[in-house]
Amino acid sequence: MTSTADNNATPATGATTVNTGLAQMLKGGVIMDVVTAEQATIAEEAGAVAVMALERVPADIRATGGVSRMSDPDLITGIIDAVSIPVMAKARIGHFVEAQILEHLKVDYIDESEVLSPADYVHHIDKSKFKVPFVCGATNLGEALRRITEGASMIRSKGEAGTGDVSEAMKHIRTINSEIAQLRSMAEDELYVAAKELQAPYDLVRQVAKDGRLPVVMFVAGGVATPADAAMMMQMGADGVFVGSGIFKAGNPAARAAAIVKATTYYDDPAVIAEVSKGLGEAMVGLNVSDLPAPHRLAERGW
Amino acid sequence: MAPHIGVLALQGAVAEHERALRASGAEVRKVRRPSELEGLDGLVVPGGESTAMARLAAPVHLMPAIREHLDDGMAVFGTCAGLILAADTVSDAEALKGFERIRGLGVVVRRNAYGSQLSSFEDRLEVDGLDSPLPAVFIRAPIIEEVTSPEVEVLAESHGNPVAVRQGKILAASFHPELTPDFRLHQLFTDMCAE
Repeated sequence: MTSTADNNATPATGATTVNTGLAQMLKGGVIMDVVTAEQATIAEEAGAVAVMALERVPADIRATGGVSRMSDPDLITGIIDAVSIPVMAKARIGHFVEAQILEHLKVDYIDESEVLSPADYVHHIDKSKFKVPFVCGATNLGEALRRITEGASMIRSKGEAGTGDVSEAMKHIRTINSEIAQLRSMAEDELYVAAKELQAPYDLVRQVAKDGRLPVVMFVAGGVATPADAAMMMQMGADGVFVGSGIFKAGNPAARAAAIVKATTYYDDPAVIAEVSKGLGEAMVGLNVSDLPAPHRLAERGW
Repeated sequence: MAPHIGVLALQGAVAEHERALRASGAEVRKVRRPSELEGLDGLVVPGGESTAMARLAAPVHLMPAIREHLDDGMAVFGTCAGLILAADTVSDAEALKGFERIRGLGVVVRRNAYGSQLSSFEDRLEVDGLDSPLPAVFIRAPIIEEVTSPEVEVLAESHGNPVAVRQGKILAASFHPELTPDFRLHQLFTDMCAE
């Protein structure tokens, strides 16, 4: 009847199961980029499983340029106070002090994100030093496993944020799926070289080869703008979807957000996806990734 | 014969429950529509975000349909968000206002009562009917603040609050038995469904 732990003791926190577990609770759901508390409330009301606080949505980062950083702590606290769902917030790649601030503010997840301007072009944050969990972007399996080695509890494929063009998201999830399938088909003694080529630790490579999936939850991000985009990512095997500029840069954010949530749950039912896609008004204008000069491609940040 | 158990698959830790139920000897399927409840001996309402699940269930009236089946003898096992959806009363229900829940479990719960993710924790619980401690993972967990029905049986406590309870055909936990390889609580539920 009673707990075996001392009732006066602080529970042991920060263990991996707790942090990878929160990502498992978000599966099948939609995480929405928000800049203000008002947008966070719209997202929760639409059925988001979490919100992601950032200074500017990626489409605005592209439009206005300049260095993009962690949000003002006041805005993050305002968002935490406004909603009952988990709050994530972005820190720059390698910016461990922004991460320390976000942990202090008690966000539920930190996104070490290529959408912001990198603070370190060589090293990522040593995420194992933190109690708060991290999600990190990846374009391929090796990159995902390197982030997990550094302590990430969740992975999102990068796509190309702020474009409304889903082709890069598709490319990255296809790449990761196909690299996992290759590992599965390898003989055990081939995995040593595979680990070398992936630039990832052998033990993790072996685990992926055995399980046929990443050891943590993987969402898809970057360019998802319509219910059909979200459903396609789920049919590709994503555990869930991040939507950034796609919602608050569209004509009717509340309706589009709710429609993307429904399409993510009923991802294999074209009747539902067709129904929720009706009358949503204008989608975000969008940019074709093929028209973007290479220096403006965010997915190439991170190593 | 193996009992047929559904897992509410609107959002959340669905696959983890499916795995645990199969290991406990159940026939398992996903439920996203009221018609998929037909013929089920039990339903697991998994961990996830109760606000998202309540909103996804509303257009198809899934919560009242689950309640009807519960009243007709289907068992329900709610974990974390599932406990919130099964509870008679949620003390901080603002974000759930206007949305149907299953109800039926005589408890008052408070959502995210331990605080942010930094306060999530693991524990080992003495559970009535189990002969050794059960590992338990609490993630932004709700707290059972009060038991309001004499029919509610408290099976386990952590830090002074009930964390696993049973009332008739309803089993509920504020933690996540689906995240550990110890499936004894799923076995208990599968046995309840076979009764």
